[in-house]
Amino acid sequence: MRITCPICGERDRREFYYRGAALDRPDPEAGQEAWDDYVYLRDNPAGRTRDLWYHDAGCGSWLVVERDTVSHAILNVALALDADA
Amino acid sequence: MRVAGKGLLDRSSSVPFTFDGVRYAGLEGDTLASALLANDVLLVGRSFKYHRPRGILTAGSEEPNALVTTGRGAGRDPNVRATVQELYEGLEARSQNRWPSLRFDAMAINDLAAPFLGAGFYYKTFMWPRAFWEKIYEPVIRRAAGLGALSGIANADRYERAHAFCDVLIVGAGPAGLMAALVAGRAGADVIVADEDFRPGGRLLAENDSIDGMSGSAWVQGVQSELAAMDNVRLMTRTTVVGAYDQGTYGALERVGHHRAHRPEGLPLECFWRIVAKRTVLAAGALERPVAFRDNDRPGIMMAGAVRAYLNRWGVSPGKAVTVFANSDDGHRTARDLLEAGVHVAGVIDSRPDAPKAADFAVYRGAQVCGSSGRRGLESITIRTLSGEQRVQSDCLAMSGGWNPTLHLTCHMGGRPRWSPDIAAFVPVEGAVPGMVAAGACNGAFSTAACLQEGVRAGREVLSQLGLAAPDVELPVADDAEAGLQPLWAVPGKGRAWLDFQNDVTVKDVNQAAAENFHSVEHMKRYTTQGMATDQGKNSNVGALAVLADATGRSIPETGTTTFRPPYSPVAIAALGAGAQDKGFAPERFTTSHKASVERGAPMIEAGLWYRPSYFPAPGETTWRQSCDREVGMVRQAVGICDVSTLGKIDIQGADAGAFLDFVYANTFSTLKVGRVRYGLMLREDGFVMDDGTTARLGECHYLMTTTTAAAGEVMRHLEHVHQLLRPELDVAFASVTEQWAQFAVAGPKSRALLDSVLDAPLDPVEWPFMACGPVSVMGVNGRLFRISFSGEHAYELAVPARYGDSLFRMLVARAEALGGGPYGMEALNVLRIEKGFITHAEIHGRTTAFDIGMERMVATRKDCIGKVLSQRPGLLDPSRERLVGLRPVGAVKQMVSGAHLFEADAEAVRQNDQGYVTSVCYSPTMGQMLGLGFLKGGPDRYGETVRMVDHLRGIETLCVVVNPVFFDPEGGRVRG
Amino acid sequence: MAELIARSPCGGLLPLTIGELSLTEEPPEPMTLIMPFRGQTGAVSKAMTAAHGLGFPEPGRIAGEGDAKAIWFGRGKAMLVGVEPDRSLTGLAAMSDQSDAWAVVRLTGPQSEAVLARLVPVDLRAPVFGPGQTVQSQVMHMTGSISRIGAQAFRIMVFRSMAATLVHDLKTAMEAVVARR
Repeated sequence: MRITCPICGERDRREFYYRGAALDRPDPEAGQEAWDDYVYLRDNPAGRTRDLWYHDAGCGSWLVVERDTVSHAILNVALALDADA
Repeated sequence: MRVAGKGLLDRSSSVPFTFDGVRYAGLEGDTLASALLANDVLLVGRSFKYHRPRGILTAGSEEPNALVTTGRGAGRDPNVRATVQELYEGLEARSQNRWPSLRFDAMAINDLAAPFLGAGFYYKTFMWPRAFWEKIYEPVIRRAAGLGALSGIANADRYERAHAFCDVLIVGAGPAGLMAALVAGRAGADVIVADEDFRPGGRLLAENDSIDGMSGSAWVQGVQSELAAMDNVRLMTRTTVVGAYDQGTYGALERVGHHRAHRPEGLPLECFWRIVAKRTVLAAGALERPVAFRDNDRPGIMMAGAVRAYLNRWGVSPGKAVTVFANSDDGHRTARDLLEAGVHVAGVIDSRPDAPKAADFAVYRGAQVCGSSGRRGLESITIRTLSGEQRVQSDCLAMSGGWNPTLHLTCHMGGRPRWSPDIAAFVPVEGAVPGMVAAGACNGAFSTAACLQEGVRAGREVLSQLGLAAPDVELPVADDAEAGLQPLWAVPGKGRAWLDFQNDVTVKDVNQAAAENFHSVEHMKRYTTQGMATDQGKNSNVGALAVLADATGRSIPETGTTTFRPPYSPVAIAALGAGAQDKGFAPERFTTSHKASVERGAPMIEAGLWYRPSYFPAPGETTWRQSCDREVGMVRQAVGICDVSTLGKIDIQGADAGAFLDFVYANTFSTLKVGRVRYGLMLREDGFVMDDGTTARLGECHYLMTTTTAAAGEVMRHLEHVHQLLRPELDVAFASVTEQWAQFAVAGPKSRALLDSVLDAPLDPVEWPFMACGPVSVMGVNGRLFRISFSGEHAYELAVPARYGDSLFRMLVARAEALGGGPYGMEALNVLRIEKGFITHAEIHGRTTAFDIGMERMVATRKDCIGKVLSQRPGLLDPSRERLVGLRPVGAVKQMVSGAHLFEADAEAVRQNDQGYVTSVCYSPTMGQMLGLGFLKGGPDRYGETVRMVDHLRGIETLCVVVNPVFFDPEGGRVRG
Repeated sequence: MAELIARSPCGGLLPLTIGELSLTEEPPEPMTLIMPFRGQTGAVSKAMTAAHGLGFPEPGRIAGEGDAKAIWFGRGKAMLVGVEPDRSLTGLAAMSDQSDAWAVVRLTGPQSEAVLARLVPVDLRAPVFGPGQTVQSQVMHMTGSISRIGAQAFRIMVFRSMAATLVHDLKTAMEAVVARR
């Protein structure tokens, strides 16, 4: 598997650390249910999914990777944060 | 026997080798198989289950029968295919799965018991009594049925891994692959051509055809020199592409050392390549399939294509009177090649009623071979024609049931092949592997002309996808005849007709599976073990499928195929784990004090990837406990030195550094004064403790965070996550500085005295209270000092740039010794912290909260931080949770064990009564007894209560009193002293 | 008076010559990780150009060709090598002294690309990875920085504590490549 890091280019999967679904952190006051969803509940889609990868053995960017769990195609890779922060 | 005037060999060479201890000689360019055939060795192995005598069936990596063991001792290599193994001087090969010898194999008795050993026999026969399975049936079956055995000795052979990148990967260097390579190479693309053979050319080396008026091998040589002259083309021979993976990644196994008589030092035996290709042309050719008929497994019966390969490439005729059995024009082609080489052809049995006739050999049209006989090798075959059965004397039968495209790689990403009735074979589906184009025989185009043409087409296709202009390539002139195949899978009749030679599966077995309702091809496969041997059924799966289709009254496409999985051909585990042997397994991280510690005889223990001293034995000490007790006493009474450089150190700078730390830590850091250190607790978002450590404020916008040794990498990743995703608006930057500093704990009542002797200015007690930090000068070197303590003693940690670590450690140790102290290791460090009730990852093991370790008041109430919301869940603040306590033995037994469980003193020690567990224990020389830390339901509410510690594994029971976890100096006077 | 003695990360392990390949330790020199603060990359680059004659490097690039170099070192990071960072950078970028944190070796020889192909999962062949280019990637199991510093020369950096493993892994690959010929 290869992931195209927006900074480093296409790299082997071994350079990346996988975290899981890319979700927005709820507001502290959002309530138990929203927090439960954020921390514990996950979809298990056959098809498109958006998850977070970290270019651990590379530039150190957190990436949002859109991919297809059926075809294994990688549809989009974006920096979680704009490179020039 | 060798045939004069044929073959691509060096006739003047002589390569000695042995097989089963007998000395033979072959020629340079031989495989072990061709050399054995040249020496008239037909019997090369015994079959897996029935121990039937077997000979060489094929001339390629699909070989099911001729598996041998090569080499000796640790380098012994089992299940080597004789058809792949190149001959070299001194090669030692031995047959397998026979006892006492290949010619007389005692286990051949299995063959007589065959009626009881059919499909599913072990499911039916070895059912009862149950206990017999492990002790009797399995060992017996394992001994009786089998392949070669490993030596059992650690193998020192090197295996290597490597990465390669290209625009176009071409799998196979036959006519299609070479044409694709020419097209892509001339266009300037970066090309890798990989071929499993040691000589490129594929079937062009095995056939007698001409291309552009020259021999196939001459044409190949021409192409090869053109490719060799191109810098942008790499030809990798002896390299099998074994798997297709996501995003154009391919696994390939290169045989680097197997063919060398003398292997230079450092040379790997094999190299496992990961090839990343923008586009791939699959030109893997096709594999010929046998026809199932009674006793079709007798040595001397071979694939027709293999007979032609041995004849044309290796100048060997596998027999003196050869018969041919085919269902296409390949039968005639084989007979013509043999005749031309002067080999007697005893007849061609062509199953097609309308087969062509021939002037110079007998053709039995519309006939079938229905049996064979001979003691250890073929002596005669039985032919069935419309007029009845007859015997023909023959010592070699060349058979062909047609060809199956080698489409395996196209199915490695879930693709299913399509049935092509025209050639009665499965062909690849376009786009089954993104970026891969199939060409030539693997795409169902069998004639040489079609292969050449397909190679050009595929080359052009991938070039256009890559945006490169295709060069003009003239198509060579070659044979374009169709083979005119009429399907024939199995000849009906009594007796056993083999499908899978390697796993001993017959037509009967497949029929029996169908009769017992194993209709699905996947079920039939598992019930009969068809295709489950090391050859993965390369020459038998389609035939078995056809037999199953017939037995269940379905068509072949309706019946479907089994799944093709990597690897295409066997890969040694050692090759997959290449580079990870011995020291290649994981990096070793050494501190700057490593050498000095080892010199002092300290046993080093692993802490993650780091190596840390366990203890420093003094003269006369014989056990670790003696050393540990002394080192603890040393720290409590004088001064000890310990390397703490392995703890993670993260430099955090920026205007918002304080706000950032407030968010990642449960407690507050923005209020910390410059020049001070604070203990911090980090939570995960689920409210459980992630890590702890101290963080120092070095400047207004500059902090230095310390993590535990184990969590350093995880915390760094976490900080980046928080910054890049959750708090991108904060102006903060961090860098790991773990390796920049060598840091030593200087702990004990005499620590300040010691430091005063190495620092350029003495420490002012007022300026250096507990939890102070700041820059210091150490013999002219800029260092950092932190007054922190993990022992409960008056202690410091002194850091200098790592280049001075070795020198400073030696100096600190020498001065400590002069003060009655010395170095201490991990054992003493652990005792010192348990005596003080300090936690490590033994306690914050991922299932404990701040509340559980008594630190809930540290979670700041006024701010949001990671883990804050979920840490406040009622269930996580329930006083009855298992919470941190100290434990002291009070009964007759004084031993404590970490991992043991806690029960009420009089309750039965069963799971339902479990009250908690012990996480850390030590013998405390300071307190004169064992101490434990653990988690107990109700925790601090039960101080004073007596509980029972039970270690079920070791059978130890100890009565303990529950106490405050701070055993020593609970007021903390010493650390401030 | 007693004095602290400096030791190099690969002391006692290098140099090493196998066939035409050689592996040497780079002499110690100042190394500072420069991480521009929010929105300051341009200002940092300007200050670096004025003070050191080299700008903040683009991803995958090395700025500067003389003794002072700035090696791109990851997202928003550059390693300033060979010179102490100028005071004018203070307040513009986080700076962290890394002079002692890395084992730095130089691999030279006609087959050095082949050696690195055994350890680094990135295409480092000359047409795609020429002089002045750098990557953050893996060296076997270690994360590291690999830069091309000449037609046949690479600079490889891993954490100081892993110096012995770096030398071991490179030596194994060098032996294998040389033995193939």
